[in-house]
Amino acid sequence: MVKLRTLYEKIWDAHVVERRPDGTCLIYIDRHLVHEVTSPQAFEGLRLAGRTVRRPDLTLAVPDHNLPTTPRRDADGNRIPIADPESAQQLAALERNAPEFGIRLIGDADVEQGIVHVVGPEQGFTLPGTTLVCGDSHTSSHGALGALAFGIGTSEVEHVLATQTLLLKQSKTMEVVVEGELGFGVTPKDVALAICGHIGTAGGTGYVMEYRGSVFRDMSIEGRLTVANMSIEAGARSGLFAPDETTFAYLKGRPMAPKGADWDAAVAWWRTLATDEGAVFDKTVVIDAADIVPTVTWGTSPEDVVAVTGVVPNPDSFEDASKRAAAQKSLDYMGLTAGQKLADVAIEHVFIGSCTNSRIEDLRAAAALLDGRHIASGIKHAMVVPGSGLVKRQAEAEGLDRIFTQAGFEWREPGCSACLGMNPDKVPSGERCASTSNRNFMGRQGPGARTHLVSPAMAAAAAITGRLTDVRELLKKEEGMAL
Amino acid sequence: MDKLTTVEGKAYPFGMKNVDTDIIIPSHWLKTISRNGMGKGAFEVLRKEPGNVFDDPAYAGSPILIAGDNFGCGSSREHAAWALDDLGIRVVIAPSFSDIFSSNAFKNGILTVVLPQQAIDRLMEVAQGPAGTPDEIHVDLEQQTVTTRFQDRFSFDIDPFRKHCLMGGLDEIGLTLGDADGIGVYEAKMAQDRPWTIPVVA
Repeated sequence: MVKLRTLYEKIWDAHVVERRPDGTCLIYIDRHLVHEVTSPQAFEGLRLAGRTVRRPDLTLAVPDHNLPTTPRRDADGNRIPIADPESAQQLAALERNAPEFGIRLIGDADVEQGIVHVVGPEQGFTLPGTTLVCGDSHTSSHGALGALAFGIGTSEVEHVLATQTLLLKQSKTMEVVVEGELGFGVTPKDVALAICGHIGTAGGTGYVMEYRGSVFRDMSIEGRLTVANMSIEAGARSGLFAPDETTFAYLKGRPMAPKGADWDAAVAWWRTLATDEGAVFDKTVVIDAADIVPTVTWGTSPEDVVAVTGVVPNPDSFEDASKRAAAQKSLDYMGLTAGQKLADVAIEHVFIGSCTNSRIEDLRAAAALLDGRHIASGIKHAMVVPGSGLVKRQAEAEGLDRIFTQAGFEWREPGCSACLGMNPDKVPSGERCASTSNRNFMGRQGPGARTHLVSPAMAAAAAITGRLTDVRELLKKEEGMAL
Repeated sequence: MDKLTTVEGKAYPFGMKNVDTDIIIPSHWLKTISRNGMGKGAFEVLRKEPGNVFDDPAYAGSPILIAGDNFGCGSSREHAAWALDDLGIRVVIAPSFSDIFSSNAFKNGILTVVLPQQAIDRLMEVAQGPAGTPDEIHVDLEQQTVTTRFQDRFSFDIDPFRKHCLMGGLDEIGLTLGDADGIGVYEAKMAQDRPWTIPVVA
C-alpha cells in the first residue's frame, strides 16, 4: 500500500539527496534568496576557505533590509550616498559579492528591487514544490505558493552557497484549518494574528504548518503570502498552501517562471503535491472563520492579540505565572493599563509596508479607506512603503500614490523600512505606531517604540481617526464597500 | 569551530520566557560585515535595567545561560549566537528553543540544552547560589548530563549528529562537500525529471 503523505512530506521526499541512519537528511535547495544583512559573513567564509558558489543560477541577490526608503538616484541618475556608513558598507559588500560569485543581483535602483519576499513570488523565482531558503525568518512567506520555504542563519547561508544543500531533520506536521467565511472587514492579516493568538508564539516550534479549509482555498495569493509570512510568529519555520488554480494563474507568465512545455510539465507535477486524502497530521488546529474579527496586538509578542472592540487584558487573568509577569512587563513597555479600551488608544505613527503587507492588494485596501479623507491631526508621521518597485509602479498607475499623499501619507521607495528599526525609518521612543508589519517586540521599530500590529485597512482607519479603530465603523458609512 | 566536551562554571540566572533575537541583539548591531564584537550589544535593552544579571559582577564571564521557554524566537539573525559567543557563553539551558536559533547556536559551537521547567527552576536556584554566592553548574556533553555539587543530575537529549560535530569541532560544510558526488547525482536526476526547476534567465 502506498503511504498517504502530506504536501510537506511529498516536497521533502522529492529533495532528499541522502538519508543518514539517524534520520538526518541532506536536502537539496532549489532556490536561495540573498540580502545584504545576513550574507556578508557567509561570502567572507567562502573566500577564506577558497570555496565557490555551487549553483549561482539558483541564487538571487536583492538588497532590502538596510536601504533607506528615500530616493536612491538624483535627477541625473547618480547614486545618492547612504548617510549611514555601516549601511553603505553592507550594500557595497553585496554589490561586490554577487558578481564575484556569479550571482544575479537586482540592484537598489532597479524597478524589480524590493523586499526579497515580495520579489521572489513577483518574479516567478518562487515556485510550488521547490525548497527555498533565505537568511531571514520571514522566508516562510513563500509557502503561499506551495514552496517549502524557511529562514536560515548565516552559517546555513554559507552552507547552501557552497553545497546547495542543508542537513535537516524532518519536522512534524500541523494542519491549521479555518472553515467558513470571513466576516465583513476581516482580512488575511486578521486571520494570521488570530492564528498567532490561538497557537502562541512557541506553538508551532518543530512543526511545518499547512493551511487548509475554505478560507485559505478562497484566499488570493497576496492574502496567502500574508498568512504564510506570519507562520514563524507562531513558531513554525514554514507554512504551506497547496498549489492550486489560483497559484498557477498567479505564476503563469512571470519572468523567471517556466515557459511553454516546461510550464505544462511543471503544472502537471505541482498538481500531484496536494496532501493525500486521509494523510495524517501530527497536530490539528481548527479555528472557525466566524470567530475571527478585526484584530490588534496589545503587547510585545505577536500572540498578544485582542479584538479591536475589546480591552487591554488584565495580567492577573493569565493562568501561567510567567505569562502574568510577561504581560505586566509588556503593558509597562506599551504604556497601557488593564481594562483600557483599545479603541481609546491614540497613535502617533502609521506604517503601511513590510513583507507581511506591502503588496498591491494591501495598498488598494488602505487606499480605499483613505480616498477623500485625511490623516488625523494627532498623527505625526504616516508612511506607505511599497514592497517592490513593481508594486510601486502598479500603484502609481492606479493613482493610489496620489490618494496616499493627498491623505497626508509619505510615499516611499521599496524596502523593509520601519518593520525592523535598522534603516533610518524608525518610530521614536515612547511613541505609538499602528503597523502592518509582523513583530511588536520591544524595540523592534526602534528603541522604546510601541507597536500595534494591524491589517492595512485598520492602519488606514487608525490614521484617519488618530486612534486604534474598528475598520468596520468607517466601512459602514459607504454602502457596498468591501475590502 | 571550537570543540565542546564539558563546560563548568557559573551561570547567568536569566530565566526570561519568549526571549526573541531582537532582545538578544537589536537590529542596529546587524549593520556589520563581521562576526565579531557583538557581545557589547547583547541584551542591550535589558542591560539598561538596574540589577540585570548580565552586568552583575557576581556572574561576569559565566559560560552558561539559563533561560525560559521559547528562547531565541523571532528573527533568524545568527548575530544572536555570535553575540552570546562573544559574551563567552558556551551553553544555553532552557525548556525550549526556537528551531532557527538552536541551529544557529550549534553552528557556532554553542550547546542548547533542553530541560523541563522544574530542572530549570532548580538550576536557577543553584546559579543564584543557595548561600548567597553563585554556585557552579557542570555540563557534560559526552554523558549528556547537567550536574551540580548538590547531587543534582539532569539528563538531556541531543541529536547524535550535532553531538558528534560539537565534540569534534567539525566543519559541516567540509563534511557535506565530502558528499559532493551524491549532490551531483541528485542534480543530474533533477535535470531529467524536473528541468523546469532551473529559473528562466530574465
